[in-house]
Parts: sequence; structure tokens; C-alpha cells
Amino acid sequence: MSVPVVRTVELHKDFTMGDQIVHAVDGVSLTLEQGEFVAVMGPSGSGKSTFMHIVGLLDAPTSGQYELDGVEVATLGKDALAALRRNKLGFVFQAYNLLARTSAVENVELPLLYAGVPDAERRRRATEALGVVSLSDRLANQPNQLSGGQQQRVAIARAIVNNPSLILADEPTGALDTAASFDVMALFGRLNVEHGITILLVTHERNIAAHADRLLSFRDGRVVADERTPQVVSA
Amino acid sequence: MNLRSTLKTAFGALLRNRARSLLTMLGVVIGVGAVIVTVAIGAGARLSVQQQIASLGSNLIIVLPGSVTQSGARTGSGGASTLTPQDAIAVAALPGVSAVTPVVTVRTQVVGGGNNWQTTISGVAPTYTYVRQWALASGSFFSDADVASAAKICVLGQTVVTNLFPGTSPIGKTLLIKNVPFTIVGTLAARGQSGVGQDQDDTVVVPYTSALQRLTGGTFVNDMMVSSDDATDTSAVQATITTLLEQRHRTSGGQDDFQVRNLADIASAASASATVMEYLLASVAAVSLVVGGIGIMNIMLVSVTERTREIGLRMAVGAPGSAILAQFLVEAVVLSLAGGAIGIILGCAGTYVVSALANWPTVISPESMVLAVVFSAVVGAFFGYYPALKASQLNPIDALSFE
Repeated sequence: MSVPVVRTVELHKDFTMGDQIVHAVDGVSLTLEQGEFVAVMGPSGSGKSTFMHIVGLLDAPTSGQYELDGVEVATLGKDALAALRRNKLGFVFQAYNLLARTSAVENVELPLLYAGVPDAERRRRATEALGVVSLSDRLANQPNQLSGGQQQRVAIARAIVNNPSLILADEPTGALDTAASFDVMALFGRLNVEHGITILLVTHERNIAAHADRLLSFRDGRVVADERTPQVVSA
Repeated sequence: MNLRSTLKTAFGALLRNRARSLLTMLGVVIGVGAVIVTVAIGAGARLSVQQQIASLGSNLIIVLPGSVTQSGARTGSGGASTLTPQDAIAVAALPGVSAVTPVVTVRTQVVGGGNNWQTTISGVAPTYTYVRQWALASGSFFSDADVASAAKICVLGQTVVTNLFPGTSPIGKTLLIKNVPFTIVGTLAARGQSGVGQDQDDTVVVPYTSALQRLTGGTFVNDMMVSSDDATDTSAVQATITTLLEQRHRTSGGQDDFQVRNLADIASAASASATVMEYLLASVAAVSLVVGGIGIMNIMLVSVTERTREIGLRMAVGAPGSAILAQFLVEAVVLSLAGGAIGIILGCAGTYVVSALANWPTVISPESMVLAVVFSAVVGAFFGYYPALKASQLNPIDALSFE
């Protein structure tokens, strides 16, 4: 068995709110194997987003162990974390977070820019990634010239352009209509099956979560259920 | 991330917000423009002061008659008639003296070309053109032989030429000075006003012997102009002239019947005051440059806040803090440099306008441009650093969820 993409042991994250300590993540131990498509569900305040931020190296845990691709990250400095983010992770956000007045291909190039990839190769890989998300004909379009679904696909292209070990998607369909949501989820499924990319998806819609293979349910900072999802997908 | 991509990213961000970038630059544009215009005006003023002083002659020392006591009555300064042509010849032999000319001054009416004109006749030696650094416009100057023979020849200043011989060449014509006919052999180049507003061209120059024998009938000269070897030496030369003349006139200390004046002192004082004015103007302009820099800082701070989500995203896709710092710092420096460049263009145009409208001499110095550009880059880096640092220290998760 290969090294798990994510392995956490007794992960905790506490926030201080006034004189009260909130246990946002309260002892999460779990493992994500390579090629898994995992959905995380739970009510607001269940800690699912905080957990996702820790896994995405955007936030540091208060205590506990976290290994990404076999590397213990708790002791790493800011720059090392930035390097891991650009080499191993891809992010998809609910609000797309594309740079305004910047073409699709330039948006997709962004992670490669910070990885120091030369111009020509950067353009080639970004074009290729936009091909994967079926936007080869929209390379030069700026975000305001694209529909919501198309913008989210550009964001997905940006997430896969650096060949990450793990894609973190935070409510990726939250701002999309049903048809566009289905397209985006189908795309995630295809990336998972055809490209073998591990995906961690946060959502609070059950039919979106149904696209994943495995469903984690969060409540009060803990994983209360970890189950296989029935492979019945309806449009 | 290398410098080239950093530049590209920064330029991209600036071009995405053209209007804001231009407004941000405005402060630096005005600051740099103001520095260039004011320095040009100051330098122009200093140059014109220097030119006026240089027009008096190089390394000039003037020996004037002093005051004498006759029968218990002291004459005023310049009242003594004690300087002689022989004094001038003796001074010429001193070390450090390159040329001397006695000056005999007579103010009288002259007649020539069917016109008449009142002017100042200067009886001088052939060294006069060197001592006064005064070139000829046409013809020739008189020689030592002409001085020896007290020749009746003269050289005219341009004002005299225009008044007596308008539109014709006066060379070879006759000029009547106190009814004595002098042949005109040359004309002096136009010099304009002296430092005190006197028309230097309103003059007729004759050999000093001719002036003494044919015009004044005296034996004393009005003053002496001495040119020293080089500028640093002037006060030493001044001292040796004083010593020599004290011996010749058998006077000492307080009773000297002459005064020795050094123009270098006057020149440096006038030039120094012009320099002070130049610095004063430049520092006032520099203040506006600093204010422009603060403007950049304000806008960059606003920009950092406005672009918090962009910064968060860049961090999420793997930008280290240093890359964010570099991007915002480069943006600030590019803004201020571009502002500096536009400021130079506007400053040069403004200088031209001031020159043309106010008829004020201006000198645009390359140094002031280089200084302005360097200063604006420093301003950009200095005032851009704080906002850039603030951006680079944002927590990615706070930045991403910033509304």
C-alpha cells in the first residue's frame, strides 16, 4: 500500500472567543488514501471548514499530527508550507477567486508562476489544463466574460495545473445552478477516475456529496460518521 | 519567483487599475516636476550672477585712489589723484600679475557720422581687452606702439556705434572727442549691462597716453585694473600690490591713498547667495515629493485592503510571503518611477514655459533629473514597504475569507 495522501492523528484546533475556548476541531484522526474522492458534510460550525483549512495548510492545528504525502507538516515554517501548497495542493473555492481583468489562461498559470516554471512551459501546461476542463476555446476570456460554471472550471484548471496530490474543494457548487453544479461534479468525478487525483470536497448538499466515494460527517468538531456513499448518481 | 515575473505581475496589477495608478502617481509627478523646475530656476539665477561677475573680467583686482588729507581736509574715497601710469608699470612687474591696465576716465560729448553722443572715454593700455575679457566685434585694438606715440585712434563700444553710425561700419571713420579727431580702428563686442545695471557698451576706448595728453591734460589715472594669474592666488596678489604701492607712495596702513579691491570675494558672495536660494527652492520642492510618497503609501494601503482576497488566493496557490512583499514593493517603486519619468517631462516643459513667459534664465541640470528619479524610487520603496509588509504578513485563511 502506498503512503496515504493525508493522515491525521488527534487533530485539534481551538479558538478563543472572548473568555471562552471553542474546540473547532476536536480530535480528528483519519486517513485519506491516494485516489479517494471524499465528501465532508456537516452543519455550520461543525468544524468541517476549519478541518479543510488545516488539511490545506492554510491554518495550523493547535495540537495533533498531520502528515501530507508522508511529510509531517506541524514543524514546517511559513515558506515551506507555501512550497507544499504550490507543489502538492490545489484549491477550488465557492467564490472561484479568479483574478479580475485577467485572462483564463493567465489565471490558470498563477500557481506555476510561483513555482518558477518558465514562460513557455507555463503557457503550455495552463492551456492543457484548460483543455481538461473543456475550455480550450476560452483561453483569452476574462472572468467577467465567463458564466459561473465556466469560471469554476477555470478555477479547477488552476487547481490541477501543478499536478497536485490532493484537491481541496470548499463548497465548489455553492454559487452554481443545478445544471452547472452537475457539470462541475461530473468534472471532479472524471479527474478522480481518469487522472487518479485525490479529492476532498466540503459541501452541505447531500446530492453533491453523493458524487464522492466516501462521506465524512462532522459534528461539533468530530467525525461522527465515515461511510461509503451509494454509487447512485442522478442528474 | 524571479524578478522578471515579479515585474510582470506588478505591471499587470497596475495596468488592471489604470485610473488608480495614474492618480497615485500624481503626487510624485508633481513633486519631481517641481524639483526640476525650481532647481532649473535656481541654477539659472546662479548662472546669470556668475556671468555678470565674469563679464567684469577674470581674476580682476581693481586699484582705486583713496582719500588724502590736504591742508587738514580729508577728501572722500577716490578723491586722491595719486595713481600714475608708472604705478601701473611697476604693478605689472609683480609676480602673480598677468596683466595691468591703467584707466583714465573722461565723460564728454563725442561727434561722428553726423551725430553726437555723450559717453565715457576710457584711456587704457592694450591689455584692457584681456583684463576685461572683452572681445572685438570688428577691426583691431591699439598696440603698445600706439600708446608710446599717444596715437589718435579709438575703439567704440556697441552703444556708441548704434547711436553715431547706425547701419554703417565706423571703421576708418573719424570721431571727434573734445574736438580732437580720432580715427576709429575697431569696435568692441556687445556686453550688455554690468552687475549694477550700467550699460557697458556705452564707451569709447583710447590709448591712456592719448587720453592724458590730448583729453585731460593730467598725469594721474582714475584707477587700475589688474588681472592675477589664477583665482586662488588673488588675495596674495592683492597683498603684494598693496605693499608695492605703499612703498611707491611712501604710505602705510591707515594712510593709504589708494584701495585695492578684489572681485573674487564679491563674486563668491553673490554666487553663494544664489546657491542658497537654489537649495531653498529645491528643498521646498522635495517636501512635495515626500508628500507624494505618502500619497503612494496611502493608496498602497487601500490597495492591500482592497486586494486582500487576491493576496489570500496567491498565498493559497503557493506564493511565499516574500513574493507578495516583492510584488507590492515593486508596484510602489514602479508607480513612483513612472511618476518620476512623467515628472521629468512635465518639469522640463514647465521650465521652458517659465523661461519663455517670465523671461527668466533657467538651466536644467542632468543631476537634478538623476536625483529626482533616484529620490522618487527611494520614496516608492520607503513608503511602499509598510503596505507591502502588511500584505505579506496576512494570514492566508483570513485573507481568503475577507469580505
